[in-house]
Amino acid sequence: MNKVVNNVEQALEGIQDGMTLMLGGFGLCGIPENSIAQLVKLGVKNLTCISNNAGVDDFGLGLLLQNRQIKKMISSYVGENAEFERQMLSGELIVDLIPQGSLAERCRAGGAGIPAFFTPAGFGTEVAEGKEVRMYNGKPHILEEALTADFAIVKAWKGDTEGNLVFKATARNFNPMMAMAGKITIAEVEELVPAGELDPNFIHTPGIFVQRIFKGQHFEKRIEQRTVRTRN
Amino acid sequence: MLDKSGIAKRIAQELKNGWYVNLGIGIPTLVANYIPEGVDVEFQSENGVLGMGPFPFEGEEDADLINAGKQTITVRKGAAFFDSAMSFAMIRGQHVQLTVLGAMEVSQSGDIANWKIPGKMVKGMGGAMDLVASADNIIVAMMHSNREGESKLLKECSLPLTGVGCVKKVVTELAVLEIKDNKFHLIERAPGVSVEEIIAKTEGDLVVPEFVPEMKL
Repeated sequence: MNKVVNNVEQALEGIQDGMTLMLGGFGLCGIPENSIAQLVKLGVKNLTCISNNAGVDDFGLGLLLQNRQIKKMISSYVGENAEFERQMLSGELIVDLIPQGSLAERCRAGGAGIPAFFTPAGFGTEVAEGKEVRMYNGKPHILEEALTADFAIVKAWKGDTEGNLVFKATARNFNPMMAMAGKITIAEVEELVPAGELDPNFIHTPGIFVQRIFKGQHFEKRIEQRTVRTRN
Repeated sequence: MLDKSGIAKRIAQELKNGWYVNLGIGIPTLVANYIPEGVDVEFQSENGVLGMGPFPFEGEEDADLINAGKQTITVRKGAAFFDSAMSFAMIRGQHVQLTVLGAMEVSQSGDIANWKIPGKMVKGMGGAMDLVASADNIIVAMMHSNREGESKLLKECSLPLTGVGCVKKVVTELAVLEIKDNKFHLIERAPGVSVEEIIAKTEGDLVVPEFVPEMKL
Protein backbone atom coordinates (compact mmCIF):
# COMPACT_ATOMS: atom_id res chain seq x y z
CA MET A 1 0.00 0.00 0.00
CA ASN A 2 1.56 3.25 -1.07
CA LYS A 3 1.48 5.84 1.72
CA VAL A 4 3.64 8.45 0.03
CA VAL A 5 2.48 12.05 -0.21
CA ASN A 6 4.48 14.57 -2.22
CA ASN A 7 5.22 17.19 0.37
CA VAL A 8 4.55 18.55 3.83
CA GLU A 9 1.53 20.55 2.60
CA GLN A 10 -0.24 17.37 1.48
CA ALA A 11 0.92 15.47 4.54
CA LEU A 12 -0.74 17.91 6.95
CA GLU A 13 -3.99 18.30 5.05
CA GLY A 14 -7.01 18.10 7.35
CA ILE A 15 -5.38 19.46 10.50
CA GLN A 16 -7.81 22.01 11.93
CA ASP A 17 -8.25 24.37 14.86
CA GLY A 18 -8.94 22.66 18.16
CA MET A 19 -7.50 19.28 17.24
CA THR A 20 -5.29 17.07 19.42
CA LEU A 21 -1.85 16.36 17.99
CA MET A 22 0.90 14.04 19.15
CA LEU A 23 4.42 15.10 18.20
CA GLY A 24 7.38 12.76 18.59
CA GLY A 25 10.76 13.72 19.97
CA PHE A 26 12.74 14.08 23.18
CA GLY A 27 14.05 17.60 23.60
CA LEU A 28 14.93 18.63 20.06
CA CYS A 29 16.04 15.08 19.19
CA GLY A 30 13.80 13.27 16.72
CA ILE A 31 11.20 16.03 16.34
CA PRO A 32 9.21 16.40 13.10
CA GLU A 33 10.69 19.80 12.32
CA ASN A 34 9.34 20.11 8.75
CA SER A 35 5.80 19.46 9.96
CA ILE A 36 6.16 21.93 12.84
CA ALA A 37 7.27 24.63 10.38
CA GLN A 38 4.20 23.84 8.27
CA LEU A 39 1.89 24.03 11.33
CA VAL A 40 3.27 27.54 11.95
CA LYS A 41 2.51 28.42 8.31
CA LEU A 42 -1.00 26.96 8.51
CA GLY A 43 -1.67 28.99 11.64
CA VAL A 44 -4.06 26.39 13.10
CA LYS A 45 -5.03 27.42 16.62
CA ASN A 46 -6.35 26.08 19.93
CA LEU A 47 -4.32 22.93 19.54
CA THR A 48 -3.81 20.35 22.25
CA CYS A 49 -0.26 19.08 21.82
CA ILE A 50 0.99 15.86 23.38
CA SER A 51 4.76 15.87 23.34
CA ASN A 52 7.37 14.98 25.95
CA ASN A 53 8.86 18.48 25.81
CA ALA A 54 7.86 21.88 24.49
CA GLY A 55 10.95 22.67 22.44
CA VAL A 56 13.07 25.74 23.13
CA ASP A 57 12.01 29.36 22.66
CA ASP A 58 12.88 29.55 18.96
CA PHE A 59 12.76 25.94 17.78
CA GLY A 60 10.54 22.88 17.92
CA LEU A 61 7.17 23.36 19.60
CA GLY A 62 8.46 26.67 20.95
CA LEU A 63 7.60 28.11 17.52
CA LEU A 64 3.93 27.16 17.97
CA LEU A 65 3.93 28.58 21.50
CA GLN A 66 5.35 31.90 20.33
CA ASN A 67 2.57 32.02 17.75
CA ARG A 68 -0.07 31.29 20.45
CA GLN A 69 -1.31 28.24 18.52
CA ILE A 70 -1.32 25.89 21.51
CA LYS A 71 -4.17 25.88 24.02
CA LYS A 72 -3.04 22.89 26.04
CA MET A 73 0.22 20.95 26.41
CA ILE A 74 0.53 17.43 27.75
CA SER A 75 4.21 16.88 28.54
CA SER A 76 6.61 15.51 31.14
CA TYR A 77 9.38 18.13 31.13
CA VAL A 78 9.28 21.70 29.89
CA GLY A 79 12.31 23.21 31.61
CA GLU A 80 14.07 24.52 28.51
CA ASN A 81 11.43 26.93 27.34
CA ALA A 82 11.08 30.37 29.02
CA GLU A 83 8.06 31.39 26.90
CA PHE A 84 6.32 28.17 27.94
CA GLU A 85 6.96 28.85 31.62
CA ARG A 86 5.67 32.42 31.20
CA GLN A 87 2.44 31.31 29.46
CA MET A 88 1.88 28.59 32.03
CA LEU A 89 2.46 30.74 35.12
CA SER A 90 0.22 33.48 33.67
CA GLY A 91 -2.54 30.97 32.97
CA GLU A 92 -2.62 31.52 29.17
CA LEU A 93 -1.64 27.93 28.55
CA ILE A 94 -3.25 24.86 30.10
CA VAL A 95 -0.56 22.36 31.07
CA ASP A 96 -0.88 18.76 32.09
CA LEU A 97 2.46 17.49 33.38
CA ILE A 98 2.69 13.73 33.66
CA PRO A 99 5.52 11.32 34.41
CA GLN A 100 7.57 10.44 31.34
CA GLY A 101 7.04 6.71 31.63
CA SER A 102 3.30 7.18 32.10
CA LEU A 103 3.21 9.45 29.04
CA ALA A 104 4.98 6.82 26.94
CA GLU A 105 2.76 4.01 28.20
CA ARG A 106 -0.44 6.06 27.79
CA CYS A 107 0.43 6.64 24.12
CA ARG A 108 1.34 2.98 23.65
CA ALA A 109 -1.90 1.92 25.35
CA GLY A 110 -3.89 4.31 23.15
CA GLY A 111 -2.54 2.63 20.07
CA ALA A 112 -2.80 -0.88 21.49
CA GLY A 113 -6.46 -0.94 22.50
CA ILE A 114 -5.75 -0.80 26.25
CA PRO A 115 -8.02 1.91 27.70
CA ALA A 116 -6.19 2.25 31.03
CA PHE A 117 -3.55 0.65 33.24
CA PHE A 118 -2.16 0.82 36.78
CA THR A 119 1.31 2.21 37.45
CA PRO A 120 3.21 3.01 40.66
CA ALA A 121 4.55 6.28 39.19
CA GLY A 122 3.10 9.37 40.83
CA PHE A 123 1.40 7.71 43.80
CA GLY A 124 1.26 10.14 46.73
CA THR A 125 1.90 13.15 44.47
CA GLU A 126 -0.23 15.76 42.66
CA VAL A 127 -0.29 13.43 39.68
CA ALA A 128 -2.43 10.95 41.62
CA GLU A 129 -5.15 13.45 42.55
CA GLY A 130 -8.57 12.15 41.55
CA LYS A 131 -7.20 8.85 40.26
CA GLU A 132 -8.21 5.38 41.44
CA VAL A 133 -5.61 3.67 43.65
CA ARG A 134 -5.20 -0.08 43.89
CA MET A 135 -2.73 -2.26 45.74
CA TYR A 136 -0.76 -4.80 43.74
CA ASN A 137 2.06 -6.82 45.29
CA GLY A 138 1.69 -4.77 48.45
CA LYS A 139 2.34 -1.46 46.67
CA PRO A 140 -0.09 1.32 45.72
CA HIS A 141 -0.66 1.97 42.01
CA ILE A 142 -2.70 4.65 40.25
CA LEU A 143 -5.01 4.29 37.25
CA GLU A 144 -3.77 6.08 34.12
CA GLU A 145 -5.85 6.33 30.96
CA ALA A 146 -4.74 5.87 27.37
CA LEU A 147 -4.05 8.82 25.08
CA THR A 148 -4.93 9.09 21.40
CA ALA A 149 -4.75 11.96 18.91
CA ASP A 150 -6.48 13.22 15.78
CA PHE A 151 -3.06 13.33 14.15
CA ALA A 152 0.25 11.87 15.31
CA ILE A 153 3.29 13.44 13.65
CA VAL A 154 6.52 11.48 13.92
CA LYS A 155 10.01 11.73 12.53
CA ALA A 156 12.05 8.76 11.34
CA TRP A 157 15.49 8.27 9.84
CA LYS A 158 14.40 5.97 7.01
CA GLY A 159 11.01 5.02 5.73
CA ASP A 160 9.71 3.12 2.75
CA THR A 161 6.73 3.65 0.48
CA GLU A 162 4.70 1.21 2.63
CA GLY A 163 5.18 3.44 5.68
CA ASN A 164 7.61 1.14 7.47
CA LEU A 165 9.95 3.18 9.67
CA VAL A 166 13.47 2.91 11.05
CA PHE A 167 14.71 5.38 13.65
CA LYS A 168 18.28 6.39 14.44
CA ALA A 169 19.84 6.18 17.90
CA THR A 170 17.98 8.12 20.60
CA ALA A 171 15.86 9.95 18.00
CA ARG A 172 13.48 6.99 18.37
CA ASN A 173 12.13 7.98 21.82
CA PHE A 174 8.36 8.68 21.70
CA ASN A 175 7.96 8.33 17.93
CA PRO A 176 6.98 4.62 17.77
CA MET A 177 4.25 4.86 20.45
CA MET A 178 2.83 8.06 19.05
CA ALA A 179 2.73 6.53 15.58
CA MET A 180 0.48 3.83 17.07
CA ALA A 181 -1.85 6.28 18.80
CA GLY A 182 -2.76 8.66 15.96
CA LYS A 183 -6.07 8.32 14.13
CA ILE A 184 -3.98 9.56 11.21
CA THR A 185 -0.22 9.21 11.55
CA ILE A 186 2.11 11.33 9.46
CA ALA A 187 5.77 10.32 9.20
CA GLU A 188 8.44 12.69 7.96
CA VAL A 189 11.66 10.90 7.07
CA GLU A 190 15.20 11.82 6.12
CA GLU A 191 15.40 9.05 3.51
CA LEU A 192 12.41 7.67 1.63
CA VAL A 193 13.15 4.38 -0.15
CA PRO A 194 11.12 1.97 -2.32
CA ALA A 195 9.40 -0.98 -0.62
CA GLY A 196 11.82 -3.86 -0.30
CA GLU A 197 14.90 -1.80 0.47
CA LEU A 198 14.48 -1.90 4.24
CA ASP A 199 15.25 -5.26 5.85
CA PRO A 200 11.93 -6.50 7.35
CA ASN A 201 13.94 -7.86 10.30
CA PHE A 202 14.91 -4.36 11.34
CA ILE A 203 11.71 -2.35 11.02
CA HIS A 204 10.95 -0.41 14.21
CA THR A 205 7.44 0.80 13.30
CA PRO A 206 5.46 -1.39 10.88
CA GLY A 207 3.67 0.53 8.12
CA ILE A 208 0.22 -0.40 9.42
CA PHE A 209 0.57 2.47 11.91
CA VAL A 210 1.45 5.08 9.25
CA GLN A 211 -1.09 6.67 6.91
CA ARG A 212 1.08 9.32 5.21
CA ILE A 213 4.82 9.45 4.65
CA PHE A 214 6.98 12.13 3.04
CA LYS A 215 10.60 13.07 2.72
CA GLY A 216 11.41 16.16 4.78
CA GLN A 217 12.88 19.03 2.74
CA HIS A 218 15.30 20.26 5.35
CA PHE A 219 16.52 18.93 8.70
CA GLU A 220 18.37 21.40 10.87
CA LYS A 221 18.67 18.85 13.71
CA ARG A 222 19.62 21.44 16.27
CA ILE A 223 21.65 20.26 19.26
CA GLU A 224 20.40 21.48 22.63
CA GLN A 225 23.46 20.78 24.79
CA ARG A 226 26.64 20.38 22.79
CA THR A 227 28.97 18.50 25.14
CA VAL A 228 32.36 17.31 23.93
CA ARG A 229 35.69 16.11 25.28
CA THR A 230 39.06 17.23 24.03
CA ARG A 231 41.50 14.96 22.27
CA ASN A 232 44.75 14.34 24.12
CA MET B 1 33.69 19.24 52.80
CA LEU B 2 33.22 17.69 49.38
CA ASP B 3 32.74 19.48 46.08
CA LYS B 4 30.28 18.13 43.51
CA SER B 5 32.88 15.77 42.06
CA GLY B 6 33.60 14.51 45.57
CA ILE B 7 29.92 13.64 46.09
CA ALA B 8 29.96 11.79 42.76
CA LYS B 9 33.17 9.97 43.72
CA ARG B 10 31.65 8.79 47.00
CA ILE B 11 28.49 7.56 45.26
CA ALA B 12 30.60 5.72 42.68
CA GLN B 13 31.89 3.54 45.55
CA GLU B 14 28.36 2.12 45.83
CA LEU B 15 28.48 0.69 42.28
CA LYS B 16 28.56 -3.09 42.06
CA ASN B 17 29.74 -5.29 39.25
CA GLY B 18 27.02 -6.18 36.77
CA TRP B 19 24.62 -3.38 37.70
CA TYR B 20 22.54 -1.33 35.28
CA VAL B 21 22.47 2.24 36.58
CA ASN B 22 20.37 5.30 35.78
CA LEU B 23 22.02 8.64 36.53
CA GLY B 24 19.95 11.82 36.80
CA ILE B 25 20.90 15.28 35.59
CA GLY B 26 23.49 17.34 37.50
CA ILE B 27 25.79 15.82 40.15
CA PRO B 28 24.57 12.25 39.40
CA THR B 29 25.91 12.50 35.82
CA LEU B 30 29.42 12.95 37.26
CA VAL B 31 29.29 9.50 38.91
CA ALA B 32 30.16 7.96 35.52
CA ASN B 33 33.61 9.58 35.77
CA TYR B 34 34.58 7.65 38.91
CA ILE B 35 33.69 4.00 38.30
CA PRO B 36 35.98 1.98 40.60
CA GLU B 37 38.54 -0.20 38.89
CA GLY B 38 37.34 -3.73 38.14
CA VAL B 39 33.66 -2.75 38.39
CA ASP B 40 31.67 -3.24 35.18
CA VAL B 41 28.41 -1.29 35.02
CA GLU B 42 26.16 -0.13 32.17
CA PHE B 43 24.45 3.25 32.21
CA GLN B 44 20.83 3.51 31.14
CA SER B 45 19.48 6.83 29.97
CA GLU B 46 15.70 6.99 29.98
CA ASN B 47 15.44 8.69 26.60
CA GLY B 48 16.42 5.35 25.09
CA VAL B 49 19.97 4.05 25.43
CA LEU B 50 21.79 1.36 27.39
CA GLY B 51 25.57 1.45 27.37
CA MET B 52 26.16 5.18 27.43
CA GLY B 53 29.78 6.21 26.86
CA PRO B 54 31.71 9.47 27.32
CA PHE B 55 31.03 12.76 25.53
CA PRO B 56 32.06 12.75 21.84
CA PHE B 57 35.25 14.35 20.55
CA GLU B 58 34.72 17.78 19.11
CA GLY B 59 33.35 17.50 15.58
CA GLU B 60 31.88 14.05 16.21
CA GLU B 61 28.67 15.18 17.92
CA ASP B 62 25.50 13.53 16.60
CA ALA B 63 22.20 15.37 17.08
CA ASP B 64 20.44 11.99 17.11
CA LEU B 65 22.50 10.69 20.04
CA ILE B 66 21.87 12.40 23.36
CA ASN B 67 21.31 11.54 27.03
CA ALA B 68 18.34 12.46 29.24
CA GLY B 69 20.00 15.83 29.95
CA LYS B 70 19.94 16.50 26.18
CA GLN B 71 23.75 16.39 26.10
CA THR B 72 25.55 14.85 23.13
CA ILE B 73 27.04 11.48 24.07
CA THR B 74 28.64 8.37 22.59
CA VAL B 75 27.87 4.71 23.21
CA ARG B 76 30.07 1.84 24.27
CA LYS B 77 30.46 -1.42 22.39
CA GLY B 78 27.37 -3.55 22.96
CA ALA B 79 25.02 -0.60 23.46
CA ALA B 80 21.32 -0.75 22.61
CA PHE B 81 18.73 1.83 21.58
CA PHE B 82 15.01 1.57 22.33
CA ASP B 83 11.84 3.61 22.53
CA SER B 84 10.47 5.40 25.60
CA ALA B 85 7.88 2.73 26.48
CA MET B 86 10.61 0.07 26.47
CA SER B 87 12.86 2.34 28.50
CA PHE B 88 10.33 2.74 31.29
CA ALA B 89 9.56 -0.96 31.16
CA MET B 90 13.19 -1.43 32.20
CA ILE B 91 12.74 1.12 34.99
CA ARG B 92 9.31 0.15 36.37
CA GLY B 93 10.06 -3.51 35.81
CA GLN B 94 13.04 -3.15 38.19
CA HIS B 95 15.64 -4.23 35.68
CA VAL B 96 17.76 -1.22 36.65
CA GLN B 97 19.66 -1.86 39.90
CA LEU B 98 20.52 1.69 40.97
CA THR B 99 19.05 5.13 40.44
CA VAL B 100 20.99 8.25 41.41
CA LEU B 101 19.17 11.56 41.27
CA GLY B 102 19.20 15.08 42.64
CA ALA B 103 16.60 16.61 44.96
CA MET B 104 15.38 19.90 46.33
CA GLU B 105 14.17 18.24 49.56
CA VAL B 106 14.30 14.80 51.19
CA SER B 107 12.31 13.83 54.27
CA GLN B 108 13.23 11.45 57.08
CA SER B 109 10.55 9.04 55.82
CA GLY B 110 12.26 8.88 52.42
CA ASP B 111 9.95 11.26 50.54
CA ILE B 112 11.57 13.27 47.78
CA ALA B 113 10.66 16.59 46.11
CA ASN B 114 12.48 17.73 42.99
CA TRP B 115 10.16 18.93 40.25
CA LYS B 116 8.21 22.02 41.18
CA ILE B 117 8.25 25.20 43.29
CA PRO B 118 4.65 26.43 43.26
CA GLY B 119 4.25 29.82 41.59
CA LYS B 120 7.97 30.07 40.82
CA MET B 121 9.37 27.20 38.86
CA VAL B 122 7.70 24.33 37.07
CA LYS B 123 10.02 22.28 34.96
CA GLY B 124 8.14 19.02 35.16
CA MET B 125 9.00 15.66 36.62
CA GLY B 126 10.40 14.06 33.47
CA GLY B 127 11.16 10.44 34.33
CA ALA B 128 11.79 11.08 38.04
CA MET B 129 8.38 9.90 39.29
CA ASP B 130 8.63 6.63 37.36
CA LEU B 131 12.18 6.12 38.62
CA VAL B 132 11.53 6.76 42.32
CA ALA B 133 8.25 4.82 42.38
CA SER B 134 9.87 1.67 41.08
CA ALA B 135 13.54 1.47 41.98
CA ASP B 136 14.57 -0.49 45.07
CA ASN B 137 17.86 1.28 45.36
CA ILE B 138 17.73 5.07 45.17
CA ILE B 139 20.58 7.36 46.17
CA VAL B 140 20.03 11.10 46.30
CA ALA B 141 22.99 13.32 45.46
CA MET B 142 22.52 16.89 46.65
CA MET B 143 23.86 19.74 48.73
CA HIS B 144 22.94 19.60 52.42
CA SER B 145 21.35 23.09 52.38
CA ASN B 146 19.66 25.26 49.75
CA ARG B 147 20.91 28.65 48.55
CA GLU B 148 19.16 30.37 51.46
CA GLY B 149 21.09 28.16 53.85
CA GLU B 150 18.04 26.11 54.88
CA SER B 151 18.42 22.38 55.43
CA LYS B 152 17.20 20.13 52.60
CA LEU B 153 17.02 17.12 54.97
CA LEU B 154 13.65 17.65 56.61
CA LYS B 155 11.10 16.06 58.92
CA GLU B 156 8.59 16.56 56.10
CA CYS B 157 8.99 17.93 52.59
CA SER B 158 7.36 21.32 52.03
CA LEU B 159 7.45 21.21 48.21
CA PRO B 160 5.20 19.06 45.96
CA LEU B 161 6.41 15.46 46.17
CA THR B 162 8.01 13.40 43.43
CA GLY B 163 7.74 10.15 45.37
CA VAL B 164 6.80 8.77 48.77
CA GLY B 165 9.00 6.73 51.12
CA CYS B 166 11.47 5.77 48.41
CA VAL B 167 14.89 7.27 49.22
CA LYS B 168 17.25 4.93 51.10
CA LYS B 169 20.49 6.90 51.04
CA VAL B 170 21.60 10.51 50.70
CA VAL B 171 25.11 11.75 49.92
CA THR B 172 25.81 15.45 50.44
CA GLU B 173 28.95 17.59 50.62
CA LEU B 174 28.96 16.92 54.38
CA ALA B 175 27.84 13.34 54.94
CA VAL B 176 26.47 9.98 53.92
CA LEU B 177 23.10 9.31 55.54
CA GLU B 178 20.76 6.34 55.47
CA ILE B 179 17.02 6.59 55.91
CA LYS B 180 15.26 3.97 58.00
CA ASP B 181 12.70 3.81 60.82
CA ASN B 182 11.53 7.31 59.89
CA LYS B 183 14.90 8.85 60.76
CA PHE B 184 18.13 9.94 59.10
CA HIS B 185 21.11 7.88 60.26
CA LEU B 186 24.57 9.41 60.00
CA ILE B 187 26.88 6.84 58.39
CA GLU B 188 29.97 8.82 57.36
CA ARG B 189 31.17 12.41 57.49
CA ALA B 190 33.10 14.18 54.74
CA PRO B 191 36.80 14.91 55.31
CA GLY B 192 37.25 17.82 57.70
CA VAL B 193 33.56 18.02 58.60
CA SER B 194 32.50 17.74 62.24
CA VAL B 195 29.54 15.77 63.51
CA GLU B 196 28.31 19.00 65.14
CA GLU B 197 28.12 20.77 61.78
CA ILE B 198 26.07 17.91 60.27
CA ILE B 199 23.70 17.93 63.25
CA ALA B 200 23.29 21.71 62.97
CA LYS B 201 22.50 21.53 59.25
CA THR B 202 20.05 18.62 59.41
CA GLU B 203 16.49 19.67 60.24
CA GLY B 204 15.03 16.16 60.32
CA ASP B 205 15.58 13.66 63.15
CA LEU B 206 19.15 12.41 62.98
CA VAL B 207 20.58 9.33 64.66
CA VAL B 208 24.28 9.80 65.40
CA PRO B 209 26.34 6.80 66.44
CA GLU B 210 29.14 7.16 68.97
CA PHE B 211 31.79 6.90 66.28
CA VAL B 212 31.23 8.40 62.83
CA PRO B 213 33.95 7.39 60.37
CA GLU B 214 35.36 9.83 57.85
CA MET B 215 34.72 9.01 54.18
CA LYS B 216 37.55 7.39 52.27
CA LEU B 217 37.77 8.80 48.77
